[in-house]
Amino acid sequence: MASNPRIIVIGGGLAGLAAVIKIAEMGGQVDLFSIVPVKRSHSVCAQGGINAAKNLKGEGDSCWKHFDDTIYGGDFLANQPPVKAMCDAAPGIIDLLDRMGVPFNRTPEGLLDFRRFGGTLYNRTAFAGATTGQQLLYALDEQVRRFESEGKVKKYEHWEFLSAVLDGNRVCRGICAMDLRSMEVRTFPADAIIICTGGIGAIFGKSTNSVVCTGSAQSALYQQGCYYANGEFIQVHPTSIPGEDKLRLMSESARGEGGRVWVPKTPGDKRDPKSIPESERWYFLEEWYPKYGNLVPRDVATRAIFKVVYENHLGIDGKPMVYLDLTHIDRKILDRKLEGILEIYEKFVGDDPRETPMKIFPGMHYTMGGLWVDFNQATNIPGIYSAGECEYQYHGANRLGANSLVSCIFGGFVAGPAAVQYARNASAAASNGHFDAQRKQEEESNALLMKSEGKENPFKLWRELGELMTKDCTVIRYNKNLQKTDARLCEMLERFWRINLSDRSLWANTSVVFARQLYNMLQLSRVIAQGAAMRDESRGAHYKPDFPERDDKNWLKTTKAYFAPDADEPRFEFEPVDISLIPPRARKY
Amino acid sequence: MTSWNMADKNIIIKIKRQANPGSEPHWEEFVLPHRPNMNVISALMDIAADPITRDGKPTTPITYDSNCLEEVCGSCAMLINGRARMACSALIDNLEQPIRLEPFSKFPVVRDLAVDRQVLFENLKAVKAWVPIDGTYDLGSGPRMTAEEQEAAYPLSRCISCCCCMEVCPQFSEDTGFVGAATISQVRLFNTHPTGAALKRERLAALMGDGGIQECGYAQNCVEVCPKDIPLTHSISEVGGAVMTQASGDLFRK
Repeated sequence: MASNPRIIVIGGGLAGLAAVIKIAEMGGQVDLFSIVPVKRSHSVCAQGGINAAKNLKGEGDSCWKHFDDTIYGGDFLANQPPVKAMCDAAPGIIDLLDRMGVPFNRTPEGLLDFRRFGGTLYNRTAFAGATTGQQLLYALDEQVRRFESEGKVKKYEHWEFLSAVLDGNRVCRGICAMDLRSMEVRTFPADAIIICTGGIGAIFGKSTNSVVCTGSAQSALYQQGCYYANGEFIQVHPTSIPGEDKLRLMSESARGEGGRVWVPKTPGDKRDPKSIPESERWYFLEEWYPKYGNLVPRDVATRAIFKVVYENHLGIDGKPMVYLDLTHIDRKILDRKLEGILEIYEKFVGDDPRETPMKIFPGMHYTMGGLWVDFNQATNIPGIYSAGECEYQYHGANRLGANSLVSCIFGGFVAGPAAVQYARNASAAASNGHFDAQRKQEEESNALLMKSEGKENPFKLWRELGELMTKDCTVIRYNKNLQKTDARLCEMLERFWRINLSDRSLWANTSVVFARQLYNMLQLSRVIAQGAAMRDESRGAHYKPDFPERDDKNWLKTTKAYFAPDADEPRFEFEPVDISLIPPRARKY
Repeated sequence: MTSWNMADKNIIIKIKRQANPGSEPHWEEFVLPHRPNMNVISALMDIAADPITRDGKPTTPITYDSNCLEEVCGSCAMLINGRARMACSALIDNLEQPIRLEPFSKFPVVRDLAVDRQVLFENLKAVKAWVPIDGTYDLGSGPRMTAEEQEAAYPLSRCISCCCCMEVCPQFSEDTGFVGAATISQVRLFNTHPTGAALKRERLAALMGDGGIQECGYAQNCVEVCPKDIPLTHSISEVGGAVMTQASGDLFRK
């Protein structure tokens, strides 16, 4: 069909912008949709760095070792060929970012510096201070702004994706979106669309994710017929800073630069941490995992902290907190390599982590599962592609630190050209009637919410959802609780229709937008809870004390949820994992 | 204030509200229960969950921009007790009460505390704030840089586009069309990059004339208020010098 196809990209984080750049380079025309100005996307929050086996430290690192660490860290749940392709491409991606002007930290010789991250024994992580995600996002944002000024990209910022427009053959022909200011619902035609809408942190109430990370777009597409894969795999980061509005990430790079996790050996020890002598501190990660120490993978560190706090009752001052200590490291090194994150702790807690050990606790951080895609980043609906955290492909059952940035960019670099290729070969739609029908349906949903006269406040309902999901669907999972969770979710979905919006105005109405997101969060929560209930084993981030071992015989499988519209609930299929390159072995750090 | 006073356990917030760009602003007052470690964002979230004013009148949740809540996305800038700053890093316990929240005054109000800051992104386009790479195909590594060069570039590259520096600048207005400190500092960043320097002349040319760097009155409010401590006045004087040099060079070439 069109030699210069029109592609819609939804989401302007690293994955979305990477896709946009490739499409523009290939001569395609891009419409880029984002809830926030793309420069404010959640990718800015990534702190520690980006992995690539450049082997600039003479350690004998290689792309194969990066690949092996990623597969092993993900407990063998990821299909192996795309992960290998990502690890092979990573050094080239670092070079490209370097050429784009990312201010990566340098060695004395002027080469890129690398540091260590969790789940590997190599210095493989390139970094720009402790705001690597921000620096990478800005570099791609600048290139996209350049294409924008050349007329190759049109941005729709402050617009929210509502649904795909599917024709009678269930082929995607465009999207339906809402202007978050005028509240206008409009459809946009496209030869293909790429979903790059990030993680689903808001489902857990408080997480390290940004406000826009609701998973609403993924859920809407799941309800339209896309498979949602490995939904039960949710990463809880071992070191976050508890807050009233969110949990703020304390990057793994703090441990990569030598940070040590400990608790006082005496329960309820009220002394100032600096005055507690070495002999009365318990460095439990170093004791339990002598090889990797404080840099065991995130799921392992998180469960260790839970054990120390809830089984050994050694949380600081009896509270769910442990120390993350940097005070033994030289101030100058800390400022040069970790300034961004130390500043966050200082600003939001009020203590200087160079002087006082930080108090941290695990918090929901990353969504390993997501839209099911094939090795070309295509979902099961023709014309819908996906890249970044919103798809499931690269991290298996647990993501290694500093692999997210590389997976976002690599995924975008695959999705963009794949979508262009698809669009060039696709045939035109038979009619345009589906656009009007989709728009009317979305307008009716909005009208229904505006009219609803019940008693439920959407923001309160959301807080309830977050507490429920955090309690039963994160670190430790029991089947009985998961079943109860699903029943509560059904009840909350019923209550949703008795919602009462305190704002019924037709301009920049955040309540109606949030209510729509909440509905989609509730639907997707059922995929997580039911998927977790089904998987009777422990693998990566998914841990069931009643089934403490990995069970490859029965569960070396990708979970694929699909929506049954008539029953209004998820159904499940399971797909074998491609283990053609590295035979599974026991995961022992 | 005595310790048994209810005001100790409550927070009083006054918010300047405006339903849409065309309507008149008005103030609403809220009383919220205090919790340790609250920031302005968590107070706004509490209001959304229970939108009732101090005098018991039902109202609507506050519209405001926010995203990362870690002071790195630049969304939640507003005037807090008259000062331009990010709402996420504004801890309630450090603020004098009643806390006054207002939208930025020099940007068009969208609704309540949300304003339109598109002008900054347009300015970044005008000065070509990017490194002109040949393409994303594999062309090997980037230019070698010393650690010192990286350490000079990095602070400039941390600008979060919050626009606080523009809000507090006496010269930034529709009349002057002044680009503001953030954009000028980005010009410095890209002009010092080995590849970015290819567009140096064009960037400096974009800062000449009306609305350009000459509008700066050296009030230095920008550097005072920058949440990322970017050396904005240093950037302005450095870029200002380069603009002067280029302008006089252009004059002689004529």
